[in-house]
Amino acid sequence: MIPIEHILLLSALLFIIGVLGVMLRRNVIVIFMSIELMLNAVNLSFVTFARSLDSMTGVIFIFFIIVVAAAEAVVGLSIILSIFRTRKTLNIDEFNLLKW
Amino acid sequence: MLTIFYIFAVLSVLGALGVLFLRKPIHCALSLVGTFFCLGAIYVMLNAEFVAVIQVLVYAGAIMVLFLFVLMLLSSKDSEQYVNKWSVGKILAGLLSLGVFIQIAGLFTANELQLGSKGEYPLEVVEEVGSITLIGRLLFTDYILSFEIIAILLLVAVIGAVVIAKRRFQ
Amino acid sequence: MSQIWLVPAFPLLGFILNGFLGKRFGTRFVTFVGPLAVGMAFAQSLILFFQMLEAEGNVLNEHLYTWIASGNFEAGINFTVDQLSGLYLLIITGVGFLIHVYSVGYMKGESGYYRFFAYLNLFVFFMLLLVLGDNFLLMFVGWEGVGLCSYLLIGYYFEKDSAAEAAKKAFLFNRVGDFGVLSAVLLIFLSFGSIEFATVNAEASTRLEFGGPLVTAITLLLFLGATGKSAQIPLFVWLPDAMEGPTPVSALIHAATMVTAGLYMVARLSHLFVLAPFTMNVIAVVGATTAILAATIAITQTDIKRVLAYSTVSQLGYMFLAMGVGAFGAGVFHVMTHAFFKALLFLGSGSVILAIHHEQDMRKMGALKNKLPITYVTMLLGTLAISGIPFFSGFFSKDEILWKAFSSPFGSPWLWGIGFLTAGMTAFYMFRMIYLTFHGDSRVDSHVTEHVRESPLSMTLPLMILAALAVIGGFFGVPHVFHVIPNGIEVYFHDFFAEIPAGHGNVSTEWTLMILSVIFAFFAWFMASRLYHSGFEIASGLRSKWEWAYQLSLNKWYVDELYNSIIIQPGRLLSTHLLWGLFDQNVIDRAVNTTGAVARSVGNTIRPFQNGLIQNYALIFTLGTFLILWYMT
Repeated sequence: MIPIEHILLLSALLFIIGVLGVMLRRNVIVIFMSIELMLNAVNLSFVTFARSLDSMTGVIFIFFIIVVAAAEAVVGLSIILSIFRTRKTLNIDEFNLLKW
Repeated sequence: MLTIFYIFAVLSVLGALGVLFLRKPIHCALSLVGTFFCLGAIYVMLNAEFVAVIQVLVYAGAIMVLFLFVLMLLSSKDSEQYVNKWSVGKILAGLLSLGVFIQIAGLFTANELQLGSKGEYPLEVVEEVGSITLIGRLLFTDYILSFEIIAILLLVAVIGAVVIAKRRFQ
Repeated sequence: MSQIWLVPAFPLLGFILNGFLGKRFGTRFVTFVGPLAVGMAFAQSLILFFQMLEAEGNVLNEHLYTWIASGNFEAGINFTVDQLSGLYLLIITGVGFLIHVYSVGYMKGESGYYRFFAYLNLFVFFMLLLVLGDNFLLMFVGWEGVGLCSYLLIGYYFEKDSAAEAAKKAFLFNRVGDFGVLSAVLLIFLSFGSIEFATVNAEASTRLEFGGPLVTAITLLLFLGATGKSAQIPLFVWLPDAMEGPTPVSALIHAATMVTAGLYMVARLSHLFVLAPFTMNVIAVVGATTAILAATIAITQTDIKRVLAYSTVSQLGYMFLAMGVGAFGAGVFHVMTHAFFKALLFLGSGSVILAIHHEQDMRKMGALKNKLPITYVTMLLGTLAISGIPFFSGFFSKDEILWKAFSSPFGSPWLWGIGFLTAGMTAFYMFRMIYLTFHGDSRVDSHVTEHVRESPLSMTLPLMILAALAVIGGFFGVPHVFHVIPNGIEVYFHDFFAEIPAGHGNVSTEWTLMILSVIFAFFAWFMASRLYHSGFEIASGLRSKWEWAYQLSLNKWYVDELYNSIIIQPGRLLSTHLLWGLFDQNVIDRAVNTTGAVARSVGNTIRPFQNGLIQNYALIFTLGTFLILWYMT
């Protein structure tokens, strides 16, 4: 019914927008949201393939991705909270202690 | 059917672009919620109702709410400059992303996409048995190990979050 | 079945017990374990000896363990007891056992008592390994091992600088010889494809060209190793210095066993050596020259142990002379008799030294024969033996050598002449030593004189046993001319050694030469008694006329000084200026420092990539993804 390629193109587009968001935005939380966007794009392509290949494996996989995304968001945000307490800023350029 | 799909597709892209370009983080979060809704609609159109509901419940409902809470807690004045400063890095980023997009699009529209073996759950079976039943059945039989591990993962995440975000008692 | 491995196992066990538990369990333990280990080895050696005599081909073999099996090269830990090693076994363990018993008395009260016996046991172990091995590799293990133990034991009093220096000197000169042995083993492997003695001896005449350069090179290199171990020219200078070690060490290592290792090797490979007449000549000449050189030095030495040390070098020269003229059996016979009387003489001197409170200088001895009767008698017997007085052991063995030096196709009257003169000098300086030590007026320090008494039984009993052996040991190898009993040596070794062409000379010549040397020996005894019976005065009067000869002899012909100026100083200059200054500093240091500098600058250049900015990292991710996708499509 719906041509698969279009959905996949949509998925790719969303993914790329997410990547751009990670690279271009300064606010840490917005970067996180971009990462969630990337995960969702991948979810979309999984569902598409599950439908087109008549398989349920894709759907199960989405399940796991959602759970993992949730867990990751939780932990990531708590880390940001913790860092915010010392640095008082959400600008990612300030989180550069991993330099040489 | 197709038009509805295109509407929702455009809406979701708009939402994503909103995340990319909107200035205030709260606006970005809300725009992302919109994108999730649209994606959920698309899932329904693909006969994956359960996933759609889960998407709205968990993603839009729980995770984004969490984001919003954190944003409200950590209100910070420094909204960053993004699009106005065209630096080399940004141009490179844009070009590279374009390149990757073209590559992935090329991969996705290639003709060999249907080469994978067909699974055992065609549309009729899904509609007859019900997707929830099927998912449940698979989760608790074939994928039980992953399921249990996911449960432990959630537990760890919860504990980890509490431990990391706790204020230290001085 | 013959348990050959037991023989070295007992001393090894002794070493382990004494070395690790000796300090804890104390003197009694060590006294019990040390000699017992060697005693058990002696018992087993006796059993093996008789088994060997019964065995077919007079050889017992035992394969323990294949050490190296790589390609076509195979070397195993295999033991062989044949006529040669059987005899050596008895000498090593028998004399070794007596010396261990002696050491109980001699080393009493020394700190490090357990260390001494541990090293002594270890030495016996390695020496046994040396003679029991059936291939070059195992022999070389023993060879190096006895060198090591020699170092440890010479430097036993390691707090004394002179002892430490002497130990180093011994080891270094040994090492020069070892280079020779190793090179020879390589050449042998290349020629034979195997390093087993049996193979080499059997195939020597077929694989190697008689008198050719290869066999000459091999044998010369082997002889170089022998000169290092057995103290011949040019590598003999370590042995007199080695007297820094305790006297039992000198007796065991430098009289009876280690120094005979070189001779063992030559005897073992007799089939190889007879193929190289040039080397045989070299050996004979070197042996004879060493013998007379050492004898001239011994005449003027005042330290009693130095006299015996140079005497050892001289006697070893005799043995090499025998080997060099093809009289392998006679050489081994002299090894045996020499072990008896030289060990006896060293132990006796130790008894004297201990009695007068560690005084070794003969200028402070004299008139001891009444105070130390047993020591005196036994040492006198030993001196009679070494001087070649008829019917003592040394007479038979030395005479055999002299006759073969004269009559063998490899020998010559000149060699006989040198040997003859040396025999006379030997008698002279040995009796000089007896007179100066035991006769005349006492020059002993007054405060010591009251305490001089005979040594305890643990020391005198071995002296007596060795004296008995020194007296009767010669009858084992009575030369033919006596027609009384067959020559035990020849019977024993019947087909073992390589055949050499028959010599010239007849029975009457042999008798003549024998009577000549007997007369000369008595004459030398007479001269010694005339000059030294009452101390140094008469001799010192003569000295002024021959001062140059005296200085030459006393200073060991300045050989050490010669080596110093020819080898050591140039070596030092070379090292300091060329090797260290030029090469080490400029080339190696520069290379290392440059490498470090390069690493540092590369690091400095690359480091700024890690700037901690996460978005830059994300950019690189994307770049990487792009490249990978590009590559894949």
